[in-house]
Amino acid sequence: MTDATHTDDENAESDGRFGRYGGQYVPEALMPALEELEDAYGRYVLENEDGFLEEFHRRLDDFGGRPTPLQRADRLSERYDTEVYLKREDLLHGGAHKLNNALGQVLLAKYMGKDRIIAETGAGQHGTATAMAAAHLGMPCTIYMGERDINRQRPNVFRMKINGAEVQPVTTGRGTLKEAISETMRDWAATVEDTHYVIGSVVGPHPFPSMVREFQAVISREARAQVQEKTGRLPDAVLACAGGGSNTMGSFEAFIGDDDVDLYAVEAGGSSLSVDEEAGVAPNSATLSTGGEGVLHGARTKLLQDHHGQIMESHSVSAGLDYAGVGPELAALADEGRVTAANVDDDAALEAFHRLSTDEGIIPALETAHAFGYLKQRQDELGDLVVVTVSGRGDKDLETVIEETEKREIGNAPDMSLFSGGLR
Amino acid sequence: MSRPDATGAVGTVANDEALAAAFAGEPAFVPYLAVGDPDYESSLAYVEALARGGADVIELGLPFSEPIAEGPTIQGAIVRALEAGMTPERFFAFVEDLDVDVPLVCMTYYNLIYQYGRHSAPDGEDGDTEYEAAAGDEDAEYEAAAGEGGPRAFVERAAEAGLSGFVVPDLPAEEAGPLREACDEFGLDLIFIVAPTTRGERLDRMRELVSGYVYVQARLGTTGARTDVSDRTEESLARVADWEVPKAVGFGIADGEQAERIVAAGADGIIVGSALVDIVAEGVENGDDADVVADRIEAKARELKAGARRGRE
Ligand SMILES: Cc1ncc(COP(=O)(O)O)c(C=O)c1O
Repeated sequence: MTDATHTDDENAESDGRFGRYGGQYVPEALMPALEELEDAYGRYVLENEDGFLEEFHRRLDDFGGRPTPLQRADRLSERYDTEVYLKREDLLHGGAHKLNNALGQVLLAKYMGKDRIIAETGAGQHGTATAMAAAHLGMPCTIYMGERDINRQRPNVFRMKINGAEVQPVTTGRGTLKEAISETMRDWAATVEDTHYVIGSVVGPHPFPSMVREFQAVISREARAQVQEKTGRLPDAVLACAGGGSNTMGSFEAFIGDDDVDLYAVEAGGSSLSVDEEAGVAPNSATLSTGGEGVLHGARTKLLQDHHGQIMESHSVSAGLDYAGVGPELAALADEGRVTAANVDDDAALEAFHRLSTDEGIIPALETAHAFGYLKQRQDELGDLVVVTVSGRGDKDLETVIEETEKREIGNAPDMSLFSGGLR
Repeated sequence: MSRPDATGAVGTVANDEALAAAFAGEPAFVPYLAVGDPDYESSLAYVEALARGGADVIELGLPFSEPIAEGPTIQGAIVRALEAGMTPERFFAFVEDLDVDVPLVCMTYYNLIYQYGRHSAPDGEDGDTEYEAAAGDEDAEYEAAAGEGGPRAFVERAAEAGLSGFVVPDLPAEEAGPLREACDEFGLDLIFIVAPTTRGERLDRMRELVSGYVYVQARLGTTGARTDVSDRTEESLARVADWEVPKAVGFGIADGEQAERIVAAGADGIIVGSALVDIVAEGVENGDDADVVADRIEAKARELKAGARRGRE
C-alpha cells in the first residue's frame, strides 16, 4: 500500500511521504527553511559534500564514544532461555542514543551557516545531547522543556545548563513533550533565518523524519555487523522502545530488508490503554497501537486524538515516551506489518528497570525499560536470538523510580523506604 | 475555475462574492476572535460588536489544541474556548447563530478540517448535524468517505453554515490540493499566508492556489500585538503587488496608527487578532460583564477601522 518504503528509498527522501504518512504541515514562514534543510541534507549527508560524513563519524567516535558495544546479557539469556544481546547506546556520550542525531544536526547546522540552535526535550536526553553537541561545536543553544518534565528529569536540566544551554520552561497544557515541540516551533517561526531547530526524534515535517532516521541508523548498522560477528547469524528479533521513534528507526533501519528479523516497537502502555475523551486524556502513549491518523507537528501520522481531532494529553511514567504522536515512517512500517507495535505498562516497565539493574548491573532509562518489559512478557515467542537496544541509562530517572516504586507493588524492587522523600 | 491561473490571467479572484465585495470599497478591516472565548454567549456578543465597529470580514478562530502559529495571547483564548466546550460542530452552530452581515472566514488548523468527515454521525452530545460524506471517488483524501479523513466534509458543512473561506496556518501550498478542490466545489475561498521568508517559486505556487485575499504576514514569529510596524511589511507587500487578490496585512497590528501606516504602505486591508483578544482576556481577568467588554471591543474596532481609512486618504 505504500509508495515510498525502504525498497524505494529515493522516493521517500525526495517527497517525504511514507505511504499515507509524512508531508510538511507547517506555517508558511518555515517552509523556506525546510527547503533549505532538505537541500543541505541531500548535499552533505546523502552525498557527503565537503566530507561531512567523515567529520560526523570522526566526531561520533572521538567525542561520542562510538562504536557502542553489543553485549551478551548473560543473566537475562539464562533467565529467558534465549540468547539476549544488548546494543549499548546507554554508553554513548550523554547516556542515550540521542547524541547520534543531535551531533549530526548541530554539525549540519554549522555546515549550513546557522548560528543558533534550538531544540525541545522530553526526558531531557535529547536536550542534554543537543546542549553537549552545541558546546562541542561552539553554538549557542536554547532548549524548550515542559514544566512537568523539568520536575521529573531534574538531573538532565542541570546537565543542559552546565553545558551552557538556556533552558526554557514550557507551561502550556500538561507541560510535556508535545507542548515543548509546539513551543520550539514557535521560536523557530520567529528566528528561522539564522536558527536551526534540532528535532529530537523521527517526527515533524520532511526532511526531519528521514534525516533523523539516517543519523540514528548507525545503531543498527553497527549492531547488524556485531551480531553476525559474535553469533554468525542475524537475530530473530530486534526490540526497541518507541516514543517519537528515533530509537526504533535507528535500531531497525539496517534490518528492514532482512525479512526473517522481526522488529518490535515497544511503546508506553502507561496506566491503561483506555481513553478519557471527556477529559482529553489518554493515560498512555501507545500511539501505534491505539492512535488514529491525523496531522500534528508538521506531519500526517498516527496520533492520540479525540473524535474532533483535538490532540490528547498522553501519559507515561517515562517522560521520553510521553508523546501523543509518532514518526510517520514508523507508523507506515507498522501499518504494513513490517514492524510490530507493542506496548508495556508503567508497572511492567518499573519491574523491568529493576531486573536489568540487579541482573545485569545496567541501570536503564525508564524509556528503555519498556523494551525489557516486553522481552519478559514475550520471551517464548521472540525466537532464539534477540537484540534489545538499551537506548539510554537511567541516572536521570532515579528520583522518579524511587517515588514510583514506593507507590506500587514491584516484586523485584529493592527496599526503597530508605530514600523516602526522594534524593533531595 | 475562477481563480487566476499560473500565468496570472485574471478571472474573478474570489469564489465567494461577499468576500470579493468586502475589499472592493474602502480599506478592509478584518478582525479575528477565537470562537467560544470565554464562553459561547459572550463570544457571540463580541463578534457582533466587531461587526458594529466596522468589520468588513471577520476571521473566526476554531480552536485547536496545538496552535503552533499562535503567540501567548491567542493561545490563551484557545485554551479558554476549549475549556468552555467549543467543538467543530458548536463552531458551525455559532456561525449560524451569529447575527452579522459581513463575510466570515474560518481560521483553524488542518487536523480539525481533516478529521471532520471521519465520524459521520457524531456520537450524541454535540451531534445535531449528521454528516453523510459522499463515498466512491478515487481520491479518498478529498472525498472523505465515512471513516476516512479529508477536507471535503468540513468544507461542505462550512458552506452550509454560511462561511466564505478558510485560513489554515499549518497548511502550506504543497499540502493544500485537497482543500483547494473542496473549496472550489462548494464555492468557498482559500486564503494563504505569505511570510516574510516566502520568495521565488513558493510565491508562484501560492499565487496559483490563493483566492479571496492573500494574508501578508507583517513579521516573522507568532501572532501577538506589537507596538511598532515591521520594516518588512512594505517588502512583503511589494512581493505580492501584482497579485490579483486583495492584500490584507496581519501579525502585530494593535492600534489605529499602525493600521493607518500599513494601509498607506499599500495594503488593501488590515487583519487584527491579538489586540482584540487582549480585551477579551482583560475582561475575563477583571470579571467584567460581557456587554461592557463588547463595548470595548466595538470601540477598538472603530479605532482600527478609522485608522485604516486614514491610510487611504
Ligand atoms: C533513553 C531514551 N530512549 C528512548 C526515547 C524515546 O524517544 P525516541 O522514540 O525518539 O527514541 C527517549 C526520549 O527521550 C530516551 O531518552
